[in-house]
This record gives sequence, structure tokens and C-alpha cells, in this order.
Amino acid sequence: MTTAMNQLTLYFQFPFVRYAMIVGVLIALCSSLLGVTLVLKRFSFIGDGLSHVAFGAIAIATALNLTNSFLLVLPVTIISAILLLRTGQNTKIKGDAAIAMISVGALAIGYLIMNLFAGSSNLAGDVCATLFGSTSILTLTMTEVWLCVILSALVIAVFVLFYHKIFSVTFDEDFATATGTNAKTYNLILAVIIAVIIVLAINLVGTLLIAALVVFPAMSAMRVFKSFKSVTICSVGVSVVCAALGILISILAGTPVGSTIVAADIAGFIIFSAFGFIMRR
Amino acid sequence: MPQLSCQDLCLGYEGKAVVSDLTFGVCVGDYLCIVGENGSGKSTLMKTILKLMAPISGQVLTGDGLAANEIGYLPQQTAVQKDFPASVREVVRAGCLNRRGMRPFYNKSEKRIADDNMKKLGIDSIAKRCYRELSGGQQQRALLARALCATRKILLLDEPAAGLDPKASAEMYDLIMALNSGGTTIIMISHDIAASVKYASHILHIGSQSALFFGTKADYLGSEIGRIYAGLGGEGI
Ligand SMILES: Nc1ncnc2c1ncn2[C@@H]1O[C@H](COP(=O)(O)OP(=O)(O)OP(=O)(O)O)[C@@H](O)[C@H]1O
Ligand SMILES: [Mg+2]
Repeated sequence: MTTAMNQLTLYFQFPFVRYAMIVGVLIALCSSLLGVTLVLKRFSFIGDGLSHVAFGAIAIATALNLTNSFLLVLPVTIISAILLLRTGQNTKIKGDAAIAMISVGALAIGYLIMNLFAGSSNLAGDVCATLFGSTSILTLTMTEVWLCVILSALVIAVFVLFYHKIFSVTFDEDFATATGTNAKTYNLILAVIIAVIIVLAINLVGTLLIAALVVFPAMSAMRVFKSFKSVTICSVGVSVVCAALGILISILAGTPVGSTIVAADIAGFIIFSAFGFIMRR
Repeated sequence: MPQLSCQDLCLGYEGKAVVSDLTFGVCVGDYLCIVGENGSGKSTLMKTILKLMAPISGQVLTGDGLAANEIGYLPQQTAVQKDFPASVREVVRAGCLNRRGMRPFYNKSEKRIADDNMKKLGIDSIAKRCYRELSGGQQQRALLARALCATRKILLLDEPAAGLDPKASAEMYDLIMALNSGGTTIIMISHDIAASVKYASHILHIGSQSALFFGTKADYLGSEIGRIYAGLGGEGI
């Protein structure tokens, strides 16, 4: 135990480890805030589709040799989020098919572009890093850290400001619209926030594991708590604790950061499920 | 000038008409009951009035500067997802949302309005319970309380008595009558013809394709269709 502590103190003297911790905790906080809404509005699959779009955008950014891929990836993902939300609202089946087409298409084109244009010799490693986020969290630049802090602050501010409206629109869209809340605007805001969260989370867990970061904390909290407020607070807590634990463990054990965090989230879900089961007896 | 008027409305889904030729008006302080058999298009009419769906043709006009945030609404069915975590209090308070404008939190008077309406409907003791785990009638009361919170000028109710026990539904009718006496316009869909005839000032009777009757209660009771329908006491049709 003391050796582990010593090792951690040693590691935390490196700035990149501290950055990773700050960014990791912030991303976990943001992604869990909207988890409940996304799960209940069946937006979680849109999140999945979007992460593939983001992968395609990253591939293009790599091919273009952009120094800061955020600048391309963020707008592309936001626009796709708005488009996907539109198609999703019109007709159910067509919307699903559209999402599948866009997401799988972006994945294929992204890999193709990486293959054709990437100068790197370690292509498989690059792809794996983008999909599972294995190392990018430890190689963050100062700009990326600041961008992440600012975007997280924006997401949190928007969520707090519109908390009650988001609740009302999620709970009963018809009532909200009928009584003068513009549900379309809030769905748009949600779409933009999802896009921002996904772009942020790519750094932490990679494009394949983002859905886990959004879904697991909310599902865990919903096992035990029954009001929107308590579920939201609890899922933020669970997510932050799991992310911090995951990062610490991955530093000590040398495991990939993203999958370790998701593993911690799964463990959290099992614990909360058991707890909820016992409470109901 | 009527507070709300519908002209030559033709309603339906995906271009297929359910009802056509609906023309009627509602003035401030009216109590309109909409009656008609299952599937005749009553809920469709209410959704069109609330602009949740567009009419196939015709228009819904609002006079008197009636804004959406002055409307209270009780839907017939709420497709609340299974497992939705929401306490009764959170649901009821959502009714105060439209008073708030851009302010991010509820203030004291809004919280009091929500508490008062929960008391009126006898659900203050279950304010902290999870909405999904309530009985059908308790859920209906919560949604009614939410609708009352949202109402400032007009209240639209789609079968408010559904699922309520006799005592609760009698109390509900009294509550709505009191609101109406205070100047709130009421538009209510109901299968309870006895109560409709007792409380309403106007009746709109929708048939299978078009409106069969629109007018005051007295005229309705004098008309042939009114005598048949009211005589049945709400059963059968
Ligand atoms: N979402 C929908 N899509 C297509 N058709 C619909 C839809 N909702 C209702 N309908 C049809 O429109 C007609 C009118 O439905 P509506 O719900 O307005 O009836 P209602 O008068 O409220 O009946 P009830 O007394 O049972 O509540 C019905 O024939 C129904 O099949
Ligand atoms: Mg109906």
C-alpha cells in the first residue's frame, strides 16, 4: 500500500499525469450530467453514431495534418448531431437507418482515409488509439487542457441554467410544448451538448467506449434513486469516482486508461444493482 | 372577440381526415365540454388547438393575446418511459415552468403554487414518491395538479376523471368549477355526460365525421341528439 502511495506521489509530480486527472474527471462529470436524459430520450444510440462521425473527422484531420484536430472535429460533430436529431424525429425507422448509415459510413471512410493518407508507420496503433483512447489522455497539450476546461464549464453552465426545462421536455414533451416551452430549441441544445461531450470524451476513452461513459453512471443511479435530481447528482458522483479510480489504477497497473475507466463504471453498475435489489426486498 | 376560435377545421393524421367542418368559438369564462364516441377525434382536436399538430385545413385563432404559457393541459395519456426517475413534486412543479421565463430556478411563490395544488388534489403526502410507482389514479391527480399550476387563462383537460375514484372525481369537478367561476376558461373532453351537462356552459358533440352539435347546454338538451345522448347517461355511445 505504501509503495503504491509512493508510486502515485511520484507520478503526480509529472504535469501530464495531473492534466490527465483534471481532464478525466471533468469529462466524466459532463458526460454523466446528461446521461439520464439521453438514456430516456433514446438518444444514446445517436451518441454512438456521433462518435463514429467524430472518428471519421479525426481521420480527415490526421490526413490534413491539422495541429489542432478539435477545430475540425467539433463543428463536424455538432452539425451531424443536429442532422441526426432532425432525421430521428421525423420517422422512427428511417431515422434509425439514417443513423446506421452515417455512423458506419463515417467509420469506413475514416479508416480508408487513415490508410491512404496517414504518414505514420504505426497505423494499427493510431487507429486503436482513436477507437479506445489508449494514450491520448496522457499526451494532452496545454491548449487541449484549457479547451477541455472551458468546454466542460460551458456544458455544466448550460445544464444548470436549463435543468428544469430539460427535465420537463424529457418527461413529457407534449405538455412542455403545449404550455409554451419550445421543446425543439431544447432538443437542439441537447444535440449540441452531446456533440461537445463526445468530442471531449474521445480524449479519455476513445470513440468506441463513449456510450459507456454516458450510459453506465445514469443506469447505476437509476437502480437506487427515484427522483430526477437525486439520480442526476448520484450519477455525477459515480462517474467522477469511477473515472478517478480508473485513471489511478491504469497509472499503477499500466492498463489502458479508457477501458479501465469503463471497467470501473461496470463495477459501479453491479454494486448499485445489488444495492437496489437489497433495498427493494 | 372569442378567446379561441376554430374555423372550418379539418383534422387528421398523415393527410387522412378524422373530423372535418369544425367551426366553433370559446369566450373568456366559458366551460366547454367536448363529447363524442371513442375515436371520433376529440383528443386530436385538443392537440390541434394546442398546436402539437397541424390541421389538414382550416385554422385555430386565438384572440385576447392568449399565449401558450398561459395554458394548462392535462393529456389523456402520457407516454412516460418505464423507469423514469421523477418525484411527484418534480412533475407538479414542471407546471410552473411557463411562469418563469428565463429564470433558471423556481421562486418561493411558484413552489407555493405547486404545494397548494398538490394539497388540493390530496397528493401532498406522496410528494416525494416516484411518479412511475404510483397507481393510475394517483398519477392522474399528479398530472392534474401540474395542469392547474400551468393554468392562468385557459385549462384544457382530456378526460380528467379517468381513473379517479368517485370522491376524487367529484372533488375534481368542484375544483374546476371554482376555477371557472374565478374566470378561467375550461375546455374539457369527457365521457361523463351527466357531469358534462351539469357543469358545462357549452357543448361540442363530435360525430364520426363532423361536428354534430355546437351550442349552449340548454340548446343541446333541447336538441334531438342531446336528448338521445344525455338520456343514455353516457353509457353506450
Ligand atoms: N398518432 C396517430 N396516428 C394516426 N392515427 C391516429 C393517431 N392518433 C389517433 N389516431 C386516429 O384518429 C382518430 C381519432 O383519435 P382520437 O384520439 O382523437 O379519438 P378520441 O375522440 O380522443 O377517442 P377517445 O374517446 O377514445 O379518447 C382515431 O380513429 C385514431 O385511430
Ligand atoms: Mg381521446
